[in-house]
Amino acid sequence: MVELVTSVGLPIDEKLMIKKNRILPSNGKTEGMKRISVVTGIHGDELEGQYVCYELQRRIELQKEMLCGIVDIYPAMNPLGIDSITRGIPAFDLDMNRLFPGNIDGNMTEYLAAGIMEDVQGSDCVLDIHASNIYLTEIPQIRINELHADFLVPLAKEANVDFIWVHGASTVLEATFAHSLNSIGTPVLVVEMGVGMRLTQEYGDQMVEGILNLMSKLGIWKGEVKEVRRPMISKNPDDVSYLNATASGLFVPAVKHGARLAEGELIGRIVDPLCGKILDEVRAPHAGLLFTIRDYPIVDEGSLMGRILKEEVCIYE
Amino acid sequence: MNKKIIYEIKGMYRDDFRITGYEFGEGEKSVCIVGNSRGNEVQQIYCCSQLIKKMKQLEEEGRIKAGHKILIIPSINSYSVNIQKRFWTTDNTDINRMFPGYNLGETTQRIADGVFREIKDYEYGIQFTSFYMPGDFVPHIRYMKEGFTTADEAKKFGMKYIVERKVRPYDTATLNYNWQVWDTKAFSLYTNSTSRISKTGAGQAVLSVMNFMANNGILKYGAIGEKNVRIIDDGELISVRTAKSGFYEPLVKAGDKVEAGTPLANIINPYEGDILETLYSPVNGVIFFIHNEPLTYANTAVIKILGDE
Repeated sequence: MVELVTSVGLPIDEKLMIKKNRILPSNGKTEGMKRISVVTGIHGDELEGQYVCYELQRRIELQKEMLCGIVDIYPAMNPLGIDSITRGIPAFDLDMNRLFPGNIDGNMTEYLAAGIMEDVQGSDCVLDIHASNIYLTEIPQIRINELHADFLVPLAKEANVDFIWVHGASTVLEATFAHSLNSIGTPVLVVEMGVGMRLTQEYGDQMVEGILNLMSKLGIWKGEVKEVRRPMISKNPDDVSYLNATASGLFVPAVKHGARLAEGELIGRIVDPLCGKILDEVRAPHAGLLFTIRDYPIVDEGSLMGRILKEEVCIYE
Repeated sequence: MNKKIIYEIKGMYRDDFRITGYEFGEGEKSVCIVGNSRGNEVQQIYCCSQLIKKMKQLEEEGRIKAGHKILIIPSINSYSVNIQKRFWTTDNTDINRMFPGYNLGETTQRIADGVFREIKDYEYGIQFTSFYMPGDFVPHIRYMKEGFTTADEAKKFGMKYIVERKVRPYDTATLNYNWQVWDTKAFSLYTNSTSRISKTGAGQAVLSVMNFMANNGILKYGAIGEKNVRIIDDGELISVRTAKSGFYEPLVKAGDKVEAGTPLANIINPYEGDILETLYSPVNGVIFFIHNEPLTYANTAVIKILGDE
């Protein structure tokens, strides 16, 4: 049942509409049932979640009789952004993920954020699916603010991701969708996987298995579920090293995403296409897993080219 | 005057990215003024250019008091201005959300770090800044309430209006906020425009900074300034919101005095031309901010009014 979550009129003959699809058990009974919400498209250039929304519904439909709770699918929080390949909210140039919890009496963007909050809050679990950005590719992972680690890490372990990254609290991140809901007791898992503007079907399928497993654990799904991956977990900022470009140029990788690297191993080169020279060789500062790699080849000085999880943390629980 | 490169990144195909500063006087780091950080802040660069012109003259005339150094950085984001893009050219990040910066981080974190290292030890920091929505403001000075900048310091600009701003989570990575963390008394100076040049607005900005420096004993300058200063809490401004979207036809301008019931703007049906909505002033007061684009969305605070005391 497609429902309107919130909407606002645009200047010329158009309404901005944020929609969800609510999937209910075949018998239509919802009293006392738990609810899972799958949210994506807050950043208009991140599309990996689109496939998850489709595939999850397809899988549920195949065994609809196994559904014993409510599934809400929110595929497009920022529909104008998705339509125009824009990360933020077009026209305002605002990052939608810095507007929460919003304000029902506020301006258009705050009003939309408040409408979304009102609709999603109370879910027993929310997945906020992101796709990194157009520059970096990520392995399927869940990122958790340390303030909410106690109740989110146990849920995240059931989500079939490869990596759980518990990061430090940041005041700036208080205005995110996830933080705003986690702060009022609605658990939100922030998923990062794949890359902006593209689909990685393999990751999408992995995530769907994870969501079905979460639904099973929450009592929303009675169907068979596959055994989920046991994720690597990092809680220490020193576990991860960042590879930033020392020069502007073209980044040419020498290894594949997800490679297990030895200390000093060549990860890629920054080259100068004008003069045909190598500007820098990017090498692993220590052994570990290359869980982030640059997908967009042009780099400025400082651009992130990759992230490595230290070898000693690369242990599946 | 000493012109110097404060920060530089080598460009791949573009000319190198440079941040240029202009120093006047010698001695203690007294005042630092920063112009644009976003690509549409043209007025903010223009204000700095007028300020630099004035400071050259004052320095030649020996009117900068001994022991004071003043640094003016007209632009910390010339790359974005040159391609008419608001945020950073490649990754669309906002330099004014990257402070205090990180020298081993991403490009805009490095730029913020490069600038901040140079400017963090000044006693006073002034940033010419802009609002996130397009519109015209009554010129005013702002500071963050939770810092240690005071209204008495802000009064030295001689501007009629001082706005005290409550810190929001997203403010914590701005230049203004971080200046204060590093013990600089920081102010944001809003002139009347952003993407278009207002000579009068720039003149007022230059005069305000002159007043401030004269009142702090940094310049020999005949400071006058406004006597009847009004200090406003940012929550005190009354927003007038649209219920409809469409063409936006303002009936008043920034600075106008209005009475309760004065028509402020019409929202017009974009296809049929009839008036969908007229916005009226809910109070007696002054138009403090007014949207200045031809279209508006619904639920948008297109006008902010400062009610009479």
